[in-house]
Formats: sequence, C-alpha cells, structure tokens
Amino acid sequence: MQSTTIVVRNKVGLHARPASLFVKAAMAHTAAITLTKGDKSGNAKSILGILSLGVQQDDEITISADGADETEAIAALTELINDNFGEPIAS
Amino acid sequence: MSEHAFTGIAAAAGIASGPAFTYRPLKLEVPTRSPGPVDQELARFDAACEQAARELEAIKASVLERANAETAAIFEAHAMIAADPMLRDAVKARLEAGQNVEAAVVDGSNEMAAMLAGMEDEYFAAREADMRDVGRRLLRILLGVADTSADSLQQPSIIVAQDLTPSDTAGFRHEMTLGFCTAAGGLTSHTAILARTLGIPAVVGLGKEALEQIQDEMPMILDGSEGKVILSPSADTLERYQAIRAERDARMVMVEARALRKAMTADGRAVEVGANIGDADSARDAVQHGAEGVGLLRTEFLYLQDTQSPSEEKQVAAYRRVFEAMEGRPVIVRTLDIGGDKPPSYLTFDAEMNPFLGWRAIRICLDDVPLFKTQLRAILRAAIGHRVLIMYPMIGGIDELRAANGILAEVRTELELEKLDYAQDVPVGIMVETPAAVAMADALAEECDFFSIGTNDLTQYTLAIDRTNERVAKLYQPLHPAVLRLIKQTIDASHRHGKWTGMCGELAGMPKAIPILLGMGLDEFSMVPLAIPEAKWLIGQFTHADAKRIADEALNLRTTAEIEQLMSQVLGEVGVPAPSGAP
Repeated sequence: MQSTTIVVRNKVGLHARPASLFVKAAMAHTAAITLTKGDKSGNAKSILGILSLGVQQDDEITISADGADETEAIAALTELINDNFGEPIAS
Repeated sequence: MSEHAFTGIAAAAGIASGPAFTYRPLKLEVPTRSPGPVDQELARFDAACEQAARELEAIKASVLERANAETAAIFEAHAMIAADPMLRDAVKARLEAGQNVEAAVVDGSNEMAAMLAGMEDEYFAAREADMRDVGRRLLRILLGVADTSADSLQQPSIIVAQDLTPSDTAGFRHEMTLGFCTAAGGLTSHTAILARTLGIPAVVGLGKEALEQIQDEMPMILDGSEGKVILSPSADTLERYQAIRAERDARMVMVEARALRKAMTADGRAVEVGANIGDADSARDAVQHGAEGVGLLRTEFLYLQDTQSPSEEKQVAAYRRVFEAMEGRPVIVRTLDIGGDKPPSYLTFDAEMNPFLGWRAIRICLDDVPLFKTQLRAILRAAIGHRVLIMYPMIGGIDELRAANGILAEVRTELELEKLDYAQDVPVGIMVETPAAVAMADALAEECDFFSIGTNDLTQYTLAIDRTNERVAKLYQPLHPAVLRLIKQTIDASHRHGKWTGMCGELAGMPKAIPILLGMGLDEFSMVPLAIPEAKWLIGQFTHADAKRIADEALNLRTTAEIEQLMSQVLGEVGVPAPSGAP
C-alpha cells in the first residue's frame, strides 16, 4: 500500500466537476483507493464517498492506494489535484 | 375568476403566456412483497442501475442538443450516482437485513441524501436533490413504470409544480414547454439553471399559497424577467404583456445584431469594447461575445495554482494560448497583481492589518526582481506575432513606473544577449487605481503609452471604503461624484499628451455609467464578456455630442443620488428599464 498527503487548492474543493473528474481518474485504476480527510475516509471510486468528506479549498487530504497499479493511481490523482483539475485558481 | 397576480423569484428571463399545466409527479408505492434471495434482488438492482444509465445517457444527449455541456453534466452526475459503489453497498446491506429491493433502494438513497443534506454547504443541498432524483428513477424502473412526464403535455403550456427535479425539467418536450413556475426553489436551483440554459422563462419560489390557486388549463402570464405570475389575465393585461414582449424581443435582436460589429456612437465615432479575462477559454468566450480585444488579462491564476512560482516556459505557453485565441486582437497583459489577502505559498508575507494597503502588486514585483523578470520575459517572448501591451498594476508614482520600466529594459537586453526571440513593439501602460496616480496623471502620461482605470480599487481608495465591511459597504458608490471627477482628470491628462485611456473596472460595463464615460472621452471599455453586446448597443444609442452633454451634466451634480437619477432618466429615454431596486 502507498499513500500521499496533498492540499486541495481548487476554489470549490472536491465538489462538482473536480469531484467527478477525481472519481473517473480513480476508476481508471484497479487498486482499491481511499481518500481520508481528518478522521473521515471514503472510497475514491464513489462520488458519494468523496462528497461525504466535504473537502474544501486548502484542506489537506491523504490518498491511499492498494493494488497492482497503486503507484500509477497515486501519481495520476496527485497530478490531477496539483494541476487544479485543469482550471485556473482565480477568484 | 378575476385577474390575480403573484410575485416569486425571477429565475429565467422572458415572457410566456398560455394555459397552466399542473404537474404532479407519479405516485410510486413501495410493494410489501417478501424478498427473494439476496443475490437475485441485488441482480435486479444492478439491472435497474443499467437501465437508469441508459435513460440518463438519452436525456444528456437531448439536453446537449438544446443547451450546453455544463447543463448536460447534471445528468452525467446522476449517472455516476446510479453507478456508485457506496449506494450499492447501502442497498446491499438492506437486502441482507431482509428488505426487498424496492424498499432497500428507497431507504438506501434516503440515507445517502440525508448524509449530503447534513453537510453545511449550499452545494450539497443540490446534491441531495440529485440523490433523491436518482433514487426515484431507480424505484420507478424497479416498479416497471414508464417515464411519462415527457408525454403528459397535450398542448403548449406553462408547467406549474411544487418543485421540479432536473429529470422533470429536462424531460418535458421542448415545443410544449412555454415556461416553468414552481412554488419552491431559488436562483441556484436546478429548475432555474436548466430553464436559463434552455432559454425557457421561469419563475421559482412562488410559495405554496399561490400554487394552490392555479388549476389546469387556467390562462396565465409568466414574466421570468420580473418574477411575476398573473392568473386569468384581463384582455388589457394580455395586450400590455404582448407589447412588452415584442419590445424586449426587438431590443434583444438589435443587441445581438450589433454584438459582432465595431462599437460606434450614433454619429460613427469608434471606441473599443474589450473583455476582462483570465485564460484561453474565456478568451474564446470573449470573441464570441464580440470583444474587440482584451482590456485586462489577469495573470494571477498562474501564480496561485502551484506551490512554486510558474516557470518562464509555462507562462510563455499560457500567454500564447490566450493571444492565439484572440486571433490578432490586442491583448493588455496585467503583470502580477497579488497581495496578502490571497498569498501564494512560496512568497512570505508578514501578517498585514490592511492587505489592500500592504505589500501587493507592483510593490512585490519591484522587491522580488527575479519573479518580475521571469514574467516580463515570458510576456515579451509569447508576444511575437501578436498585438500585446503590458500594464503595471497599483502604480502610485513616477518612481515606481521608472523602476518597472528600468527592469523591463534590462530584460530586453538580457533576451538580446541570450539571442532569444521577443516582441520589440510592446506598448507599456499603467493601471490608474490610486488617487495618487490620478494626481500625478500628467507626469505619468509623459512616461507611459496608455492608462487603464481600475475603478474598483480607485473607488475603494478614494472613498476610503472597505467593500467587504458590511457596515460601510453601502457607502461604496461607483457613481460617486468624486470618483467621476478623478476619471475625467485621468482621461484629460492622457489626451493632453496624445495618449489614450481605457477602463477595466466594473464601471466600464455598467449601463448607467457608459453614457457618462463615453462623453468624458474614454477610449476603451473593458468588461466581462457577457456585458459586451449590450454595452455596444448602448454606445450606439448616443451621438458623441449627446454623451458629452450627459457627462457635463453628471460632472456638475454633487451627490451620487442625483447622478443615479439623471442616469435612470437617460437610460429610460433609450428604452432601457431601470434595474429593479433603483429609485
């Protein structure tokens, strides 16, 4: 298992379009992927699971992956967040 | 029944008149049958999810034809919810506890909806509605009931309902839907958003009492621009609304016809109408709305999205995408305009009592020369083959302008020595947003190529008002006579030196300000893309002499209230209704 901790910069956090892009990226991997914020965890392949964490802008989250493609999964999800889901962070 | 009027929330503009159709969702009953084996019930759930996915795909395709991708995304989100492993787990747990699949779907989706509703965020209220909509769809499929809302309308009607789910709203046949009217909902409800993108007039939040008075086939008028609903209108009222509708339609046609033409006064004097944008996507949007250039390209997003400042190459690529999207139209690039109110992680800010009076914009760039140089290099390199102008924000005096220009000169020399290609002819201007810059406008005009007035900051600094402080926010008056005088001084100073002045603050796109600015001789108006068509039309309603008379009169008035009143009258004369809430 591998995990990484990252700060979400997107102004809406992990809601709306970013949340669904995140789930789609997670579903492209076979590894079991869990997202943790504080003491709450959710299945990264579940839009409801992600939404239930209520990740806001500047929240720190931990992505854990377990399975054959865990390294690629973490790299892909980290890049998505670092790239701000392809959006500017303007106000 | 005699005429009856109700007021709700104006959710989607336009006027509709026709018979009411009161929509009541199908009543779906959960059967009490005893469940089959768990895997058999679960297989039915999975099949229902697949069926839902097919239905949602069809709705998405039909919405994409009539509206935009953003609206269609609602149904993509529904498809994701229908395929969600967490929902499946919740249903499965209930099947294992002995429920039948219909009851398990209802309880499982209610549990998910309650979880979303429990989160204190407006966004989740909408997701709760999505979850319930999907749960209902799954139950309907399990019960083997067809989706009938689409076929229930026999004649073109105004749809009246307690509330509408997105599936309902998008499900009605377009040619049968004159308007939407709901008792519940707000401006950001799905009904409102969908109606706006589908171009169907809508009034929401009408309240339960009004709803109870509306019966099937009852003639009604729905004014989605004013948020009004009139039941059993008299012949006079009908005639009046037909006239209003004809007038609005005619004006919209003129506004749109004008959007892609050059902005010009009634006597043929050209001014430039540009857009304020932040990236290549908004550049394309601006071109579609008729932007003749970019009066303000914000570059902050490049700096705020990363944990380190953006590399020169990354900036070159980002700027180039914007310049290319503008297809040869001029683009004014504003250099970095950030401050302690929104600090990037890689710059160290001390705690500031007043970030708007603190270390920000050009002040940061003059202190952190490598940061500034990287941006200037990127702009000059990306500008090759395009019409690009550079603009410094927050200039307070001549020494700052000279210092910035000194660094720009060094950058040119360095690029020369490194034998890198860069654009030679890039005019340099400043944002006029401090009262100090206005006071020194004469001197500044001698040493730069143009001004662009940032009215938001200029107003805030001139009137000493913090807009975010609710107790004084009402004193933030864009049409304050003091601000108008400063704008006039700035424009006059630039013209005396053969230079030009633009404006990229909110004021430039406000109909009530445009005639005054035009009369003061403003050369370029830059605004959000959406405001461009109406601004161009409005500019075309006045001759230069008309506008000059209006500006002179406004400059002679002593209070904001008097100026507002003058402008309501001026706009009324060209047929622009005063915005609601104005005196």
